[in-house]
Amino acid sequence: MRDTLISGSYLLASVLFILGLRSLTRPDKARRGMQQAAVGMLFAVVGTLLNHTIVDYRWIAAGLVLGIIIGYPMGMWVPMTAMPQRIALSLTLSALAAALVGVAEFYTEITAGGVPTHVKMAALGFEVMLGMITVGGTIVAAGKLQEWITSKPVTYKGQNFVNAIFFLGIVGLLVYTIIDPTQQWAFYAMIGASFLFGILLVIPIGGADMPVVVALLNSYSGLASCATGFALGNVILIISGSLDGASGFILSVLMSKAMNRSFTNVLFGAFGGETVAISGKSSAGLTVRSISAEDAAIQLAYAQLVIVIPGYGMAVAQAQHAVRELSEMIEKRGGEVKFAVHPVAGRMPGHMNVLLAEANVPYDKLYDMDEVNGDFDRADVALVIGANDVVNPAARNDKSSPIYGMPILNADHAKTVIVLKRGMSAGFAGIENELFYDKRTSMLFGDAKSSLTALIGEIKNV
Amino acid sequence: MELLELYVFVLAAFVGYMVISRVPPLLHTPLMAATNAISGISLVGSLIAAGGARNNVATILGFVAVVCATSNIIGGFLITDRMLRMFKSGSSAKSATAVEKGGTH
Repeated sequence: MRDTLISGSYLLASVLFILGLRSLTRPDKARRGMQQAAVGMLFAVVGTLLNHTIVDYRWIAAGLVLGIIIGYPMGMWVPMTAMPQRIALSLTLSALAAALVGVAEFYTEITAGGVPTHVKMAALGFEVMLGMITVGGTIVAAGKLQEWITSKPVTYKGQNFVNAIFFLGIVGLLVYTIIDPTQQWAFYAMIGASFLFGILLVIPIGGADMPVVVALLNSYSGLASCATGFALGNVILIISGSLDGASGFILSVLMSKAMNRSFTNVLFGAFGGETVAISGKSSAGLTVRSISAEDAAIQLAYAQLVIVIPGYGMAVAQAQHAVRELSEMIEKRGGEVKFAVHPVAGRMPGHMNVLLAEANVPYDKLYDMDEVNGDFDRADVALVIGANDVVNPAARNDKSSPIYGMPILNADHAKTVIVLKRGMSAGFAGIENELFYDKRTSMLFGDAKSSLTALIGEIKNV
Repeated sequence: MELLELYVFVLAAFVGYMVISRVPPLLHTPLMAATNAISGISLVGSLIAAGGARNNVATILGFVAVVCATSNIIGGFLITDRMLRMFKSGSSAKSATAVEKGGTH
């Protein structure tokens, strides 16, 4: 009877999780769907508490209370601009939970005098290995996103060699523990090595590549929960873990496609670590045209169609509210405003969409790259706010450019381009952007937020 | 038994792939937050470790795991809801930002 109740609660939870994720295909249905998924979670937890192997509820109660105390601020108080590091940290927590459960299970079985079967040991091994790699990796990723650690790639000679040694060592230890589970030292050594490997793996990766890394680590943490499910013979862990893993996998594939780079290139390429030799076209002899806020405001005020291209610079300057205000002023004057969001703009998948939604920009004005790229031909102004590589025509024309082949937003097809930028420093990839030297481009230098405020002030006077 | 679990894994991964590949880029950040919240399901394993009263090590590790998983569930579902609440269509956003800034001079 009890077991039926538990299984029933798991079945209900699985269905609600899948329906919740399905609701995320529609922004107007998503909220309700995810609330139902939360109810599903409640059922699964209550069902688990009925489990007859649970005999002592004191530590559970303490853990639940402490978890709620920590979780509430993580949900309600973290600002939207801090979302990438917040997501990375929650991956740390979920992977850590999976790894600790694995260690507890191994320790219990060994000290009770038993020997785990090879199959169970394989599940435990994968669980702990993937869990600890994710813990190490996400801590570094969160540190980089929060700028506690330099967000520049950290490279040294022989880095890929060291990583390869670590990788082979971990695989060796894993195989060894599966063959002979009584060798406890190998299991614990694997934990330490996996943690270090996670750190070493993410250290050489630069801030702008974080979307791929975070998505990839997301799928690792999902697989770690899956392995927990196999080790404990628990179906709901397998189901939720594979949903999580699938989501991370899909996102990382989408992100690396949007950068026209392979996983291996992202993980081992250390892009932008050494100064990229600028091929053929050098910036020498080319001039940029800078523009005053007044003139830029006139262009925007009389434009029929303005396409705004937000980038990480907008997030850094917290300029999303000013962008929304400017777009409303252009619309009041009869112009149309669209927002063109590149898949890898910002530091996490969908980063720009969340920031703009927070600033009350309606989502039907946010367009994906493929939807909006055809509209640039009839746009009067392309307004680039703190974006660089995603509008660099070199990705289309210059075969020797490191970003060659990456799909870009066709800002250069617009009649005029206004670029809001702090200075003439190159983008993340360290590549010159010929769009900035184009005859139709004018640069409005300064912090994005103060530039936008100036534009808003000027546009009122037009 | 283990073969059955393998079935579940393959089918769930397949369903996950089908469902999630249809989520538009617009909602990719909420998707990550949502899967984080769902991954808090590792609480199920943590509860069994923390409440099994098998040995002190398992209890302590289980307790820490319960804390991690619970904070993920609470924080994850709350932040997903907070984000999804912000996504408004053109008509509903108008009423939210109806307060216009003063006129021209």
